[in-house]
Amino acid sequence: MKVWKTILAAAVLTFAVGSSAWAARTDLVIGIPLEPPHLDPTAGAAAAIREVTYANVFEGLTRIGPSSEVLPDLAESWTVSDDGKVYTFKLHTGVKFHDGSDFTADDVKFSLDRARAENSVNAQKQLFAAIDKVEVVDPATLKVTLTHPQGSFLYNMGWGDAVIVSPKSADTNKEKPIGTGPFKFDSWAKGTSIKLVKSDHYWGAPVFLDKVEFRIVPDAAAYAPALLSGDIQAFPFFDPDSVAQVKDDPRFKVVVGATEGETILAMNNKQPPFDKLQVRQAISYALDRKAIIDGASAGLGLPIGSHMSPTNKYYVDLTGRYPHDVAKAKELLKEAGLENGFKATLKLPPPSYARLGGEIIASELREVGIDLEIIPVEWAQWLDQVFTKKDYDLTIVSHTEPNDIDIYSRKGYYFNYDNPAFDKVIADVELTADEAKRKELYAQAQKILADDAVVGFLYELPKVGVWDAKLQGLWENAPIPANDLTKVKWTD
Amino acid sequence: MTAYLLKRLVIAAITLVVASMVVFAVLEVLPGDPARLMLGMNASADQVALLRNQMGLDAPLILRYLHWVGGLVTLDFGRSYTYSVPVIDLVRERLVVSLPLALMALTLSTAIAIPVGLFAASRQGRAGDAIAMGTAQLGVAVPNFWFALMLIYLFAVWLRLVPAGGFPGWSAGAWPALKALLLPAVALALPQAAILARVTRSALIEVMNEDYIRTARAKGLPYRAVLWRHALRNAMIPVLTILGLQFAFLLAGTIIIENVFYLPGLGRLVFQAITQRDLIVVESVVMLLVAAVIIVNLLVDMSYALADPRLRGRQ
Amino acid sequence: MTVSHETPGSRSLASRAFANRSFVAGFIVAVLVAAMALLSYLWTPYDVTRLVISDKTLPPSSAHWFGTDHFGRDILSMIMVGARNSIAVALVAVGIGMGFGVPLGTLAAARGGLVDDALMRLNDLFFAFPALLSAIMITAIFGPGAVNAIIAIGIFNIPVFARVARAGALSIWPREFVLAARAAGKGPARITVEHILPNIATLLLVQGTIQFALGILAEAGLSYLGLGAQPPMPSWGRMLFDAQTRMATAPWMAIFPGMAIVITVLGLNLLGDGIADILDPKSRRRA
Repeated sequence: MKVWKTILAAAVLTFAVGSSAWAARTDLVIGIPLEPPHLDPTAGAAAAIREVTYANVFEGLTRIGPSSEVLPDLAESWTVSDDGKVYTFKLHTGVKFHDGSDFTADDVKFSLDRARAENSVNAQKQLFAAIDKVEVVDPATLKVTLTHPQGSFLYNMGWGDAVIVSPKSADTNKEKPIGTGPFKFDSWAKGTSIKLVKSDHYWGAPVFLDKVEFRIVPDAAAYAPALLSGDIQAFPFFDPDSVAQVKDDPRFKVVVGATEGETILAMNNKQPPFDKLQVRQAISYALDRKAIIDGASAGLGLPIGSHMSPTNKYYVDLTGRYPHDVAKAKELLKEAGLENGFKATLKLPPPSYARLGGEIIASELREVGIDLEIIPVEWAQWLDQVFTKKDYDLTIVSHTEPNDIDIYSRKGYYFNYDNPAFDKVIADVELTADEAKRKELYAQAQKILADDAVVGFLYELPKVGVWDAKLQGLWENAPIPANDLTKVKWTD
Repeated sequence: MTAYLLKRLVIAAITLVVASMVVFAVLEVLPGDPARLMLGMNASADQVALLRNQMGLDAPLILRYLHWVGGLVTLDFGRSYTYSVPVIDLVRERLVVSLPLALMALTLSTAIAIPVGLFAASRQGRAGDAIAMGTAQLGVAVPNFWFALMLIYLFAVWLRLVPAGGFPGWSAGAWPALKALLLPAVALALPQAAILARVTRSALIEVMNEDYIRTARAKGLPYRAVLWRHALRNAMIPVLTILGLQFAFLLAGTIIIENVFYLPGLGRLVFQAITQRDLIVVESVVMLLVAAVIIVNLLVDMSYALADPRLRGRQ
Repeated sequence: MTVSHETPGSRSLASRAFANRSFVAGFIVAVLVAAMALLSYLWTPYDVTRLVISDKTLPPSSAHWFGTDHFGRDILSMIMVGARNSIAVALVAVGIGMGFGVPLGTLAAARGGLVDDALMRLNDLFFAFPALLSAIMITAIFGPGAVNAIIAIGIFNIPVFARVARAGALSIWPREFVLAARAAGKGPARITVEHILPNIATLLLVQGTIQFALGILAEAGLSYLGLGAQPPMPSWGRMLFDAQTRMATAPWMAIFPGMAIVITVLGLNLLGDGIADILDPKSRRRA
C-alpha cells in the first residue's frame, strides 16, 4: 500500500510540474459542444460554424463587438446618403486572403451578390433583401444602394452570414475556409478537432495566440473532467449544471453573461384551445420562471416578459405582467370553459434547456389541470414537424438570432400569430432611423406580445463560460454565436 | 469444403443485397428534411427546395437507390450531405479509431476471460471457482457507461494518469493515441470479459462431461491435461459464437462509450449522422458494418467446421 | 450414463433449491425488486411526478434516504417506480427473443439442408444489423419511448437465441441417445421436443439469463441516450443520464440508480445460475 501511495504521489507531482512549465503560452484548446457540419458561414445556419470562424478566419464589412455594438472591420469607414439608401464604404487596403491573393472591392461585390442571388443557399438571405445594387467605385471603395432605408443594415453586414469571401475559394470554403482574418485554417480531424494557426500577413492589430484548437466535446458530462485534467483550457459555452464542479477552483474563471437567446414556451396560436387568449394567459400565469431557471439552467439566466434580451438597448421590463399565480390561471381556464383542464403535447428539441425546462413546465401545468405529453424530437424532426408543418401544440425553443422580435410579424411563422397592429409597428421600425422613435416602437411591440401572451416568455439563455484563470480576452456575452480570439492572451 | 465455401459466399452476397434494400427503405421513412436542417429557421421554402435539388434529394426513389448501390459496388460511397467530403474519407478517419479500439477491447476481454474460465472450470465447485464466477457475475451486472464514468473520475480526474477523453490522432504518436484508447477499451472489455468467462467455463464443463473426454480421463490422463488438450478445443464453439457477437457489438455498439470519452469513432459518426439526417453517411456506414458482420459470421462458421470435425461431415 | 453418487430425484426440488446459495441469494434479490416494483403502485415515500425545485440535490437524510435529484424528487421513490419499467422492458424483450428464436434455431438444426440455410441466412440478416444502432434508428423513426425500446431490444434477442439454440441442438444431434431415438423411428419434431430441448435448456437458460441482464442494461443504455421511457415515468438509465453532469456535486444521484441496476442484474443472474444448477443434475456431479 505504501509503495502504491508513493507511486501515485510521484505521478501526480510529475503532472503538476509538467503543467507549470508553460510560461507565456501562445496555444489554446477551446472546447465546443457541437461539430460544425462545414466551415462556410455563408452556406449553413449552424451556430458551430460561426463559433470557429467568426472574426478569426472570416471578416465582414462590419463586425459585431462583444456588447452587440457595430464596429468597422474590412470597411475602414462609411458614409450614408441623406435619404438613408446609399452606403459608401471605404475599404482597408493591403488586405490579403489566406491564399495570398489581394482583397479588393470586387470581392465584396462578389460576396454580397452571391449571398442575395437567386440560387443562393445563404441561411440568412433576408439580411440582404434590402440591397438593390452593389457597385465597385474603385478597388478600395464600394457603393451599396438599398431599395428603402434600413435601420439595421450595418448591423446586418456584421453577421457571420455576410462575411467576405474570395471568388477563387468560395466553392471550397466548406472544407478549406479562406478568409482575411488573423487566423488561417490549418486542419480538421473530423469528429475531434479543428486547428487554426496565426496568419502570416494579417492586416489588422496582431493577435497573441499562435495555435488554436477547437476540440469537439459533445457530452456535457465530459466538460468538467476535461478542464480539470488540463486537456482543454476554455469552454466559452459551458454546461450550467456542471458549474458547481469548477466554481470553487481558483484555477478557473466562471463568467456568466447573456446571449440573444429568448427561451420561450411557444404555443400554436391557431390550434385550439391555444387560440383562446385566456388559455395562453392562464399558461403564462401557471409558469414559475424562477423554478424553471433554477431547475433548467442552474439558477443562471434572466427572466423575460417579452421577446427581447434584457441586455438589448430596446428592452423594457415586462416580467411583472404574468406573475406566478395558480389561482388566477385556474380562473382564466374556467372563463375559457376549460375548468376540467385538457390534454396537449409538448415537443422538445434536444438542448438541455428544452428537455429539462419541459419536465418542469409539464409539472407546473399539471397543477392547473393541463396534462402534457412530452415528446422528445431531434432538430431535424423539430424543423420539419414544428417549424415547417406547424404540427404541434407547445414546444420550447431558444431564439438565438439577435434582435429578432420581427419574427412575430412574419407570415406563416410557426407561432401562427396574426396581429395587424403588431405587424404595423414592426414595419415602422424597419423604416425608422431615428433612435428615440425606434426605441418607442420596440417598446410598443414588446408590450403587444406580452398582452397577447403569444408564447410563454421564460428566460434569456445565459452564456456560461469557464476558462483558465490566466486566460484573458474571451467574450463575456454572446450577442451572436462567435468565439472571437483576436484579443485573447495568456497572462502570468 | 470449396463447395461449402462457395455456397456461403453466394449466400453472403444475397444477404448483402437484401440488407441494402432494408437500410435504404428504413431511411426513407425517417422523418426530417436534411436540407431544412442545414438552412435553419430563417430560410424560405424556395431556398430549401433549391438545396434539395442541389443535393439530388428530389430524384425518384428507384434512381437514388440504384445510384447508391452502383456507387457502393465501385467503392464510391457518395459525399456526405453535411461534411461535403466523400463518405469513404470519413469512414477511414473513424476506422483508425474504432478498429484499434474494438481490437484492444476484444484482446483484453479474451486475455482475461479464457484463463479465468479455464481456472474456474478446473476448480469447479471450489473456492477459486466461486470467487472467479462471483467477480464475473458482478462484471456482467455493471453498465459499461457507468463503469466508464467511474474510470474517468478515478484515472483522469483524480489521478490524472490518462486524458479524460478525446483522441489526439495517430499523428501525435502511438503512445498518446493508445493512452487515449486505454480507458475506453477497459470499460468496454470488462463486462465483455465477464460474459466470455462465464460462457467459457460452462462450455468447458459441458465438454468435460462428454463421453470421449471421460474415456480420455479413464485412460489415466490427468484432469488438467484433458482440459487443455481436448476440452478447450471443443468448448471453442460457443466461445467463438460469443466472440463473433462481441466483435460485431464492438464495431458499432460503442456509441455510448464513444460519447462518454468523446472519441471520434464509427459509432458516433452514425449517431451524429442520424440526428443530422446525413442519410448518405448512415446508409453507407450501416451497410459497411453489416458487411463486416456478415464476413465475421462467415469466418466464425468456417472456424466451427475446423474446430468440430463432426460438423464438416454434415455439409 | 450418470455416475452421480445420488440420483436426481433423491431429494425434493425445493430442498435442493434452498441448499443452493446462488439460487437463494438471487431469489431474495428478485423477490425484493419485484416487491418494490409492486409496492410502488400502492405507495412511494414521495410523489415522483411532483417537482420541488427548492429541494433539489439534497444529500441522503432521514427525510430522503437516497437524497433528491436535480428537480427535488425523492430518489428512493424514483428507483421504486423505475424498477417497473426496467423489469417490464427486459422481460418482454427476452420473451420476444425466446419465443421466436428458439423455435427457429431448433428447427434449423433438426431439418438441416435448405431449411437450415434459409433460416440461418434470415437470422444472419437480422443479426448483421448492429443492435444498438438499429435500436437508435427504430426510435428515430417511431419516436423514443418504453414500447419502442422493448421492440428494439426484443428484435435483437431473436437471432441470439436462434444461434444458441441451433448451435446447442447441433451438438446434441450426433449424440448416441439421439441416434438411438432416430433408429427407433422418432421424427425430428418429437426428438427436438423430447431430447434436444431438455438438453439445451441449460444453455438457453444461461443465455436467457445473460439476455435478461443485457435487456436491463440495454434499456438503461437506451434511456441514458434519451431513447427509452419518457418523463414523467422514471427510469434507471435516465436517472444516470441526469446524474452524470452532477457526479462531483451530487454523487448520490448516480450511485443509487447505478446500484439498483447492478444489484438487480446480479440477483437475476444468480437466480438463473441457481436454477440451472438445480434443474441440471449433470452440472452438480462435481459439486
